[in-house]
Formats: sequence, C-alpha cells, structure tokens
Amino acid sequence: MNAALLAEIRPTSTWYLLLAAVLFTIGTVGVLVRRNPLVMFMCIELMLNAVNLSFVALARRLGDLDGQTVVLFVLVVAAAEVVVGLGIIVAIMRRRQGATADDLAVLKG
Amino acid sequence: MAELVWLIPALPLAGFVLVLLLGRRLGEPGAGWLATLMVAASFAVTAGVFLDLVSRDEHDRTEVVSLFSWIPVGALQVDLAFIADPLSITMALFVTGIGTLIHLYAIGYMHGDPKFSKFFLYLNLFAASMLVLVLGENLLVTFLGWEGVGACSYFLISFWHTRDSAATAGKKAFVTNRVGDWGVMMAMFLAFGAVGTLSYAGINGAAEEGVLSSATATAIALMMFVGAVGKSAQLPLYLWLPDAMEGPTPVSALIHAATMVTAGVYVMTRINPVLAHSHDWAPTVIVIVGVATALFAASIAIAQHDIKKVLAYSTVSQLGFMFIAVGSGAYVAAIFHMVTHAFFKALLFLGSGSVIHGMHHEQDMRRMGALRTLMPVTAATFIIGWLAIAGVPPFAGFWSKDEILLFAWDRAPWLGVLVLVAALMTAYYMTRQVIMVFFGEARWDDHAEEHGAHGDHRPHESPWIMLAPLVVLAGLSIVGGGLNLPFTKDLHFLESWLHPVVEAGERSLSSGTKDLKLALAVISAVVAVIGIVASVVVYGLKKVKAVEPAVLERGWYYDRAVSAFMGGPGRQGFEAAAWVDAKVVDGAVRGSGGVVATVGAWVRRAQSGLVRTYAAIVGVGVVALLVWFYLRGVL
Amino acid sequence: MEFFVFVCAALMVLGGAIGVVLRPNPVHAALSMVLTLFGVAVLFVAQEAHFLAAVQVIVYAGAIVVLFLFVIMLLGVDRAENLRTDPVTVQRPLAAVIGIGLLAMLAAAIASSSDALQSRGPGIATATLTGDTDTNIRELARAVFSDYVVAFEVTSVLLVIAVVGTVILARKVKGTVAS
Repeated sequence: MNAALLAEIRPTSTWYLLLAAVLFTIGTVGVLVRRNPLVMFMCIELMLNAVNLSFVALARRLGDLDGQTVVLFVLVVAAAEVVVGLGIIVAIMRRRQGATADDLAVLKG
Repeated sequence: MAELVWLIPALPLAGFVLVLLLGRRLGEPGAGWLATLMVAASFAVTAGVFLDLVSRDEHDRTEVVSLFSWIPVGALQVDLAFIADPLSITMALFVTGIGTLIHLYAIGYMHGDPKFSKFFLYLNLFAASMLVLVLGENLLVTFLGWEGVGACSYFLISFWHTRDSAATAGKKAFVTNRVGDWGVMMAMFLAFGAVGTLSYAGINGAAEEGVLSSATATAIALMMFVGAVGKSAQLPLYLWLPDAMEGPTPVSALIHAATMVTAGVYVMTRINPVLAHSHDWAPTVIVIVGVATALFAASIAIAQHDIKKVLAYSTVSQLGFMFIAVGSGAYVAAIFHMVTHAFFKALLFLGSGSVIHGMHHEQDMRRMGALRTLMPVTAATFIIGWLAIAGVPPFAGFWSKDEILLFAWDRAPWLGVLVLVAALMTAYYMTRQVIMVFFGEARWDDHAEEHGAHGDHRPHESPWIMLAPLVVLAGLSIVGGGLNLPFTKDLHFLESWLHPVVEAGERSLSSGTKDLKLALAVISAVVAVIGIVASVVVYGLKKVKAVEPAVLERGWYYDRAVSAFMGGPGRQGFEAAAWVDAKVVDGAVRGSGGVVATVGAWVRRAQSGLVRTYAAIVGVGVVALLVWFYLRGVL
Repeated sequence: MEFFVFVCAALMVLGGAIGVVLRPNPVHAALSMVLTLFGVAVLFVAQEAHFLAAVQVIVYAGAIVVLFLFVIMLLGVDRAENLRTDPVTVQRPLAAVIGIGLLAMLAAAIASSSDALQSRGPGIATATLTGDTDTNIRELARAVFSDYVVAFEVTSVLLVIAVVGTVILARKVKGTVAS
C-alpha cells in the first residue's frame, strides 16, 4: 500500500453517513440490550451524536451552513435532555440501590 | 239542535264527576237519583237531536260536531268529533232510554249496599263511554268509548270484589276483550295506512269509490270483526259473558244485554261499505261465526240452572242472530233485532233481578217455582218478555227475528233452516225458564230456615221503583215490532230511516224470497209455538223426562279446554319465550361483553411494563416503516 | 490526508461505541463514550465545522459525561451489570434483528442516493487570509443571531426550564416516602 496513493482517496459524504448509520445502530442495540438506566441513556447520546455527524456531513456536501446551525441546537437540547433525564433517574433510583430498568415495571397490564 | 250532540255523552260524564265529588255525601238514594237524572237528561237531548234529524231531508241527516283537534301529528289528524246520523242516534236513543230505566231500577236493587254511590259512579261512566262509542265520528273516538266500556265492564262485574269469583270474572272479561281489542287496533292501523284517515266518512268514502283494494277492505273488515267477536261475545271469545253474571243484575241488564255487547254489531254496521267491498268470503266468515255461536249458546242454555246464566247464554245466542244478519247484508234487520232484543232482554234481566231480590238473593232455578202468585207484576212482565224472545207474534221479537230469517234464507236456504233451529231452541229454553221460575210447585220452602234474618221468609214482590221500568219495557216489547213492520213499504220506518247509512252494504231480496215472505213468517211462528209446547210437555206436564246432559251444562267443556290450553301448552309457550329472552337475547348482550373481556385479557399480555420491550417494539416499528418506504421507492 | 483522519476518527468512534454497549461497568462505559465523543469532534474538524467541534468537546465530553459520572457515583450504581444473560429472553435476538434491519435500511437509503453524494460538493467556506469569508464561528453566529434568533431564544428558555424542572424533580420529598 502506497501511503501517497491512499492519501489520494478523498472520503465522500457517503462514508461519513455510513459511519453515522453504524453509530446509530450501535446506539439502538445498546438501548435494547443494556439494563442499567444510565448506560441506556449513554446509548441514546450515541444516537444523537450519529445524527449530528450526518447533519454536518450533509452541510458540507450542500455547502449550506444551516446544517451546522441545526447541530448547535441539537447539542443544546441534548444537554437539557440529559439534565432532566438524569434528574428523573436520580429521583427513581434513590429509593432502590442497584435497580435496573427491568425493576420499573409499574405499567404492567 | 243537532249541534248539541256532544251533550249526549257529556251529561253522563258530568254525572260521573258529580257523583265522584258528592256521592259519599249524597249517599243513598241521592246519588242514584242524580245519576238517573243525568242519563235521563241525556235521553232528552238525544230525543231532541232525533227530532231535528227527522225534520230534515233524507239525505241531509248527518251532523258532525268537532269539539277540538285531538291528535294533530303529521299525517294523522284526529279530532274529538261526534256524528249525529240515523244510525248513531238510533243507538243513542235506546242506550240512554234503557239506561235511564235501569238506573232507576238500580236505585231499588242496590238498596242497602254499602257501596251504593260507587255503583252509580261506574254506571254513569259506562253510559258516557258507550255514548262516546256510538257517537264517535272516527275510529279513534269509537275506540276510546270501546276501551271505556271495557274498563267499566271490569269495574262493574267485579263490583262485589271481595268475592273471589267476581274478581276473577272481571279480569276474565277484561282480558278476553283485550284479545278483541287487538283486532280493532289492527283495523285502525290498516285503515290509516290505506286511506290516511280514521274518520268513518273517509274510510267508507274510500271503500265506495273503490280506492280500497278488496284485500285491504277484507283485512279491515275482518280485523274489526275480531274486535266485535270479543266485545259481542261470539265464538271463540264468548266465555267472559256467562262469568260476567257475577255482577249485580242491573249491570247484566245494561251492559250485557242491551248496550255494550251490541257495540260489535254497531261497528260492523258502521263500516258496511268496507265489508261490501271486501272479498266474497268475508261475510261468509261472519255468518258462520254467527250461526255457530247461536246454536252453540242455545244448546248450553238448555241445561243451565242459574236464572241469569240462561239469560247470558241467550244473549250470546241472540247476538249470533245479529251477526247472521250482518253477514247476510241485512243491516236494517240486525239493528232492528238489536233494538227489540235490548227491550226484551233488559226486561228479562231486570225481571230476573226482581225474582232474585224477592227470593233473598237465591239464583238457582231449581229452588224456585210457583212465584207468579207471589210476584204478579214481575211474572206478568217476564212472561211478556218471554213471548217476545220466543218469537210469538205480535210481540217485538217475532218481527225482528222474521226479518233475519228472511235475509238468511235469501242468502242460502240451509242458513234459514239453521236460524229456525236456533229459534226453536230459544223458545224451548226460555219456556223452560218461565216454567221453572213461575209455575209448577214451590221448591223454596225447605230453605226458609236458612234465611233466618228476614222476618218474612216468603218471596215478595219488589218495590215500585223496580217494577216501573219492568212495565215500561214490557210495553216496548209489545209494540216494538212497529218499528219495521213488513206489510207495506210505508211501515218500514226503520228501513227508510237507516237507508242512507247502510245503502252501500244492504242486500236486496231476490224475488223468489219475496214470495216466500208470508210462508216464512208463518213457519217461524209455528216453530216458536212448537218450541213452547215441547218445553211445556217436558217441564210443565212432566210427560217426558228432561234431557240436560252434563256436557251442555258445562258449556261443551269449552271453558275448561281454554284454561287447560293456557295452563298447559300456553304456559309452555310463555315460558319458552321468557327463556329465549333470558338466554338468547340477554346471553348475546352479556356474551359480547364477555368476548371483549377475554380478548382484552389475552391482548393485555403484551404490556410487560418493561421499558426495553416497549423500546424494542418501537424499533421494530421503525424498521418496518423504513422497509415499507424502501419498497415504495421513496427511500 | 483526510483519509487517514477519517480512518482514525472512525476507529475511535466505533470502538468507543462498542465499548459503551459491551462494558459491564458503567464507569467504563462512560469513559468509552468520551472516546466516541472525541472521535466525533475530530470528524467535525475534518468537515470544517470548527466551532461545533469545540462545543462538542466542551459541552458533551466536558459537561455531559461529567454529569453522568456524578450521577453514577452519587447513586452508587457503579456495580457491574450481569451481561451474560437477559431476563427477557426474546430481547437479544430481537435487538439483533432490529440492528441488522436498521443498518440495512439506512445503508440502502444512503446507497440509493450515493450518486448525488459521491461528489464532494462545494464544501463549507472557510476563512482565508484575504478576508472574503469569516471564520466558521463568525458565520455561524451570523446565521444564529439573524435567521434563527427565535430558535436561539427558545432554547435558552428551554435550558432554564430544564434546570428548574430537574431541581424540583430530584428534590427529596419530606414526610412520607412512596415506594
């Protein structure tokens, strides 16, 4: 492999988007499989990051700064969401130590 | 004057209200006189309206007085309206006239009864209802009166309601009448559906113009006849009338002899154009029911021991005669016989009431006898009534029965023969009754000790207040034939009077029958005499043993058959219907609820309560959606 | 050059992501997430989103992950999770199916539009020495404060609400403690 040849390859938007897709999938699977509520939350953050990545890739492809603006707002909202989500988790988990998502089954029909 | 026709039912109704308010205070005999006065006033008004109509031209004799719009609902426009025309005024005349006499009689008969004023309350209400019935301008007003007389009949039959048999008899009358009422209602529905109005003018007019198809006309006429069968106690709904004798005798006289039971004949006469335009077999049905009833009831009357039951079955039989006339198209003859029957049957009932009163409420004829010397006036009037009903000339019954015979023969000779057989039986059982009650040896001595409360054990004559109506009715029974003598056309008063009302349905005699008029008259007189003689031989001279088989005494076991049916298969039918309602109908409703609950319980298992399963389902949904988009080519 | 950057950053991102999903200890998972976030920041820079890269590091890696670690330590849920089995037996196969399906569909979506995406496009204008274009942060600021100023203000309100709400949510309720 010639490093110079490799340097010629320019990654296109497709690569970035595929990467974002993979990241998104990993995040989804993580939400479904993990039982610790905090780790589930982290996987949701992974999904958000994947979305951010695709936005930026498309902004660059279309030459439009609006994509980056969206990412900025997504970032802000994600922050707010984390705050509230962790507050809820704290409120619930305070009563039980070592509780998992499976223990919160009050909605069972 | 004819505009005052609405007063005719209003006066007894006012009497009802007055007795209701003041009866307790007036007591005996004030309440009775008040009630009698109101009915007498009603008779006076009727007479006035009658004279007014007579003075008019033959084709102008109809006056409709509409009091107010009773039911204005869309297509159904029914007024509370009364009609004064020859037929209705004829009915009103004898209803109010005989009603007044019976009210008077009842003042004497009900003397000493604790519920004296209540009796007159009901009597006046009955009179008002009957008058509403006959004077109604449309089917609904007539039906109002129809139901009213049914209700009053119930009240009056079970007047002495502490007696079980009386209470049961009242219920029986009401329920049996109800079956007939269904027929009247069906007729009303059909008439309204076919013609769009309930007034007689509208329905009869539609029939005459040919707007009514013969199928519809047949249906209306026969449904109405079902009502008539119930109200006028024909087969198979006659069984309430004999039991209705539980009521006081004035009730039997008024309701079950003279007025209410004639309502059936009246309505059939009222809708004669409809019957005339129905299928040919419809009048035949009426005739067959009439003649079967006449023979059936007469055969039962031969074996009865209760003085009133004989007269009850006699009434059923005589009503059968009237229906034979209706079915043969002889409406004038039917009305004629209705009027004369009202005279002599009321007379006979009141006379029997006088006998019962004098015998201290003994009703079994086997314990009577030789009463003619002890109760001369009663006996004399009763004998006149007997001669009238047996059909002996020149009394009223002969002429009216002869008219019916004539038209029946014209329809079919075999029908005429059956009418003669029934007349023979009538003469036979009535003579039997007269002999058992008034002649022969006294069979009441051995029971004198049982009536220890009375100082005088011997039967006594009734007070003048009860005898006066008897005398008046006897007089009418003698001269009543004059209404429609067959000798010359000029003497056909009733026929010419009723002509405008019945001309659509009245049958005209064929020439062959006209020639037989005299012969048939002689034959019917001879038949009456034969019946009387036969009865005298059996009961009077005791030359031949009396034949009174149990089957006749028990009314051909008809009553028992009906109760057995209703108690047996009938009850099973009712219970089956109830079972269907409880299991099938309710079961379906509850079942659908049960199905929903079961399905819900099964579907509920998808709710595990775990967030992860919900997330998984969301994920599945997302993937599915994406696949769908991809297949659509949108992706 | 970008190729190498891409490969390295991609490896960081994917490695961190897999670490988040697979590590039983939540603290380890949080640290894996930091790796992912860093990788994403690098990719941002490679795509000329300089400001966003900075914000990514400051806000996400610097604040949010720290918040996560605070909560993990506060609640004491740092015990390792038993990842060998799943109480809901159908969950893992289902997750696998969903994952594969999702990836397939997303890849199909991207592939069907790859003609348009194959080219590099005009790209984001970056600052030059001549001063024709401003720096990325200036351009972004210009967009946010003119075209999207309402959204900007609303997000600030959102932040306030989030803070207030969380304070109330996480309060210790005096008196009876519902189970």
